[in-house]
Amino acid sequence: MRSPIRPPRIPPRGGRIAARSIVAAESDPGVTRQLPQTSPRQCDRRAARTVLLGTALALLAGCSAASSSARPAATPPPPPSAAPAPAPAPFASTYKPLPAADTAIVGASILTGTGARIDNGTVLMAAGKILAVGTDIAVQPGVRVIDGRGKWVTPGIIDAHSHLGVFAAPGVQGHADGNENIDPYTAHVWAEHSVWPQDPVFTKARAGGVTSLLILPGSANLFGGRGVSVKNVPAVTVQQMKFPDAPYTLKMACGENPKGRYGSRGRAPATRMGEVAGFRRAWIDAAEYGRKVDAYEKKRARGEAAEAPKRDLGLETLAGVLKGDILVQNHCYRADEMAVMLDVGHEFGYKTRAFHHAVEAYKIADMLAAEDVCVATWATRWGFKMEAYDAIEENAAILSKAGACVAIHSDEQRLVQRLNIESAVALAAGRRAGIDIPQEEAIKWITINPARIMGIADRTGSLEPGKMADVVLWSRNPFSVYAIAEKVFIDGALVLDTSDPATRYRSDFEIGQPVGEE
Amino acid sequence: MTRQFPAFAALSLILAAAAAGPAAAQSFAITNAHVVTSGPVGEVENGTIVVRDGRIVAAGSGVAVPAGVRTIDARGATVTPGLIAVNTALGLVEVNSVDGSVDSKTTNSGISASFDVQYGLNPASTLIPIARLGGVTRAVVMPDYDDSDVARELPFAGKAAMISLGEGANILHRPGIGMMLELGEDGAARVGGSRAAEFVQLRQIFDLARQPPREEYPFELSQADLAARRPVLSGAMPLIVVVHRAADIRQVLKLASDYKLKIILSGAEEAWRVAGEIAAARVPVLINPTSNIPSSFDMLGASLQNASILKAAGVEIAIGGNDAGHRVREMRYNAGLAVSRGLPYAAGIEALTLAPARIFGVSDLLGSIAPGKAADIVIWDGDPLEPLTQPTAIFIAGKEQPLTSRATELGKRYAR
Repeated sequence: MRSPIRPPRIPPRGGRIAARSIVAAESDPGVTRQLPQTSPRQCDRRAARTVLLGTALALLAGCSAASSSARPAATPPPPPSAAPAPAPAPFASTYKPLPAADTAIVGASILTGTGARIDNGTVLMAAGKILAVGTDIAVQPGVRVIDGRGKWVTPGIIDAHSHLGVFAAPGVQGHADGNENIDPYTAHVWAEHSVWPQDPVFTKARAGGVTSLLILPGSANLFGGRGVSVKNVPAVTVQQMKFPDAPYTLKMACGENPKGRYGSRGRAPATRMGEVAGFRRAWIDAAEYGRKVDAYEKKRARGEAAEAPKRDLGLETLAGVLKGDILVQNHCYRADEMAVMLDVGHEFGYKTRAFHHAVEAYKIADMLAAEDVCVATWATRWGFKMEAYDAIEENAAILSKAGACVAIHSDEQRLVQRLNIESAVALAAGRRAGIDIPQEEAIKWITINPARIMGIADRTGSLEPGKMADVVLWSRNPFSVYAIAEKVFIDGALVLDTSDPATRYRSDFEIGQPVGEE
Repeated sequence: MTRQFPAFAALSLILAAAAAGPAAAQSFAITNAHVVTSGPVGEVENGTIVVRDGRIVAAGSGVAVPAGVRTIDARGATVTPGLIAVNTALGLVEVNSVDGSVDSKTTNSGISASFDVQYGLNPASTLIPIARLGGVTRAVVMPDYDDSDVARELPFAGKAAMISLGEGANILHRPGIGMMLELGEDGAARVGGSRAAEFVQLRQIFDLARQPPREEYPFELSQADLAARRPVLSGAMPLIVVVHRAADIRQVLKLASDYKLKIILSGAEEAWRVAGEIAAARVPVLINPTSNIPSSFDMLGASLQNASILKAAGVEIAIGGNDAGHRVREMRYNAGLAVSRGLPYAAGIEALTLAPARIFGVSDLLGSIAPGKAADIVIWDGDPLEPLTQPTAIFIAGKEQPLTSRATELGKRYAR
């Protein structure tokens, strides 16, 4: 019945404009890189609609969470009369949702990602969005109905730390595109310029329910470069995967990797103190660059003659962080280092969105909660280097209990297929330590919290009316090792259906190869 | 395991009260157990296990508890044999990136087949209690290759050993249980970059070993290395061959047939493509069912269904964890994953217990709950293949093990 899932064809040049118009309703057209966050007014509207639909969701709580994740107020764009015509965003997303039928999953247990669990509930998807979630939802004729009895529904799984496409399989030198490790300061590189959409692991991640990922550069450098948020759809170009209007992110790394990489080659940084000095010097340069650009733009706004400063791609990224437009994703293992990096942020006026790996975050859980910094971590990985020696399975549970925002991330090719199992390990460890995190909370570790880390929590990561219909139907409770993602929806489109071989996408690399199932 | 599981907290109290003396601690009975074990006892509801002096003396339904023996009421909980990990470096590695704490490999070109892990074991390694908390009671410790010396062209990594994860100074259970050899892409790289050279060299080495000793050899082989290969050639010691590609597996089967070697395949991501041939050769396979990434051209066929296809073809499989040390505890989830992809549940349990015991020739004492075997027993608060399940009591050779590790101590310090 359904046609096989195929990557989209490369659109003609005009296609980009068409794709952008799809998201125009949600974005400020002049500032495509900046993601407007959910406003309190939008939340009220959404809540009102929800009440009308009779859902049982604690949506107001979800909205307040989305509001609290808002960036510091962004600098407003200059008045249109004086400003130069806004240049099109470079490397703009050309993502187009795949064709989607209006669908209702009926009778399932639902973990909404907002902290609620609904038994015998219905998730209604229409026009690629979540229309309603609850127990008493009328399904109109013409809507495809999927029997969810005995099954579970969650938001699409989101991995806030991935290297798919930049360290693609097979792991040959020709595919090693994730670390520009010849200089510790590479804020100028963008991971999206390395992403190989034919990496066969994207498909495997989809089979694990993963609908969105943040693909980051590696951690060899103090500033590794910009990350890119993608929708996990078959594609030929990275632009076709790019999550529309997701904010940019900056990968930073402290600890053993940068000092090991460069110290062993007789150059800075060779120590942790050298790393911090390097960060501080770079932020001083970034602040100066930002002042020059601001001064130029002010003159232009006043109609005065001014020469534009020469663009510096690296400083442009760092200045974007200082303005609050670009989210800092900081690879950092030890508690003491995270505390130092928080103070670097205080000194220069930037906010860290998330510490990644952060295996010792449990030692400073209260501090991270108070600073409103998220943690993206594992449950199982430890001991592979000195700074990972104190990693414990209880990390996520201790942080959750302290009120910190936690995500379980993968950073690797096998784990990205099983973030639900990794979360189950973290849940069990919490219980063993006397911290019983409910499953409806724990599901946030791999849905709304990574979405928040990526700055896309107002549009995906939970099952709330108006959000993208990124949804997984599991064969059983997703914290079970036996759970299989039977149906995966991205923007309402059924991109994987274990009962329909036509949806088993193979990347170009796998075509004609002796590959196995799954 | 305090507030959430009152039944098991009570169980711990019973155990604590009963653990009066060290000798008494190794004689006890477990009643009301949901026993899940491979072998004649099988799956039993309301089973009883009687342990005397560290050995199981009776197990099954309708088994009487001898008078005066302390009794642990499992209250219907699942009880399995202790898990036996394969492909580990437990006791040889503390922190991967800290060379001084890693004894699983060498750059010494005079030590290849004679490399023997039994001398490098560290019973105080923090990895051991952490693996044990995953229900792992024994492990096959295997040597690895150090490729930092690219000029080192020696095929064998050395001799493996079976260890106990029980508390105590002597963790060595049996040395020399296998000889490690890596083939495929990485193995070929050590002998000049081609499989075509690799198999020629192996055949030369085996041919030479069959001949009387001579003064000079075409390879750099120490007397120790020459001697170490003899039990492999006689079939007394299995050759553990790390190999991935289906075509390479066929070559290995041919080599084993030609030289009458007893072999164990390890890795074997594409084994499902030649499952019938592996079964016909009666060769067992050590696998990680989660290894489904086409990480190299050697394993383009890597699949989550490897375990179930191999088992269905009649191949004996053992399932390992997600690395050689720190993530050994995940082996039970890996078996669960294989079960989710069609491996029968009982085969999943067997692949963690009796199968590795049989493969490494220690099933006389290990791998199942049956009379005569060492009392390596784990009581679980649920299905042992589920990550949400935890062990509530662990016995190794009848001795109760603490349910703590350096990691749980750290957690306790910071969890509030």
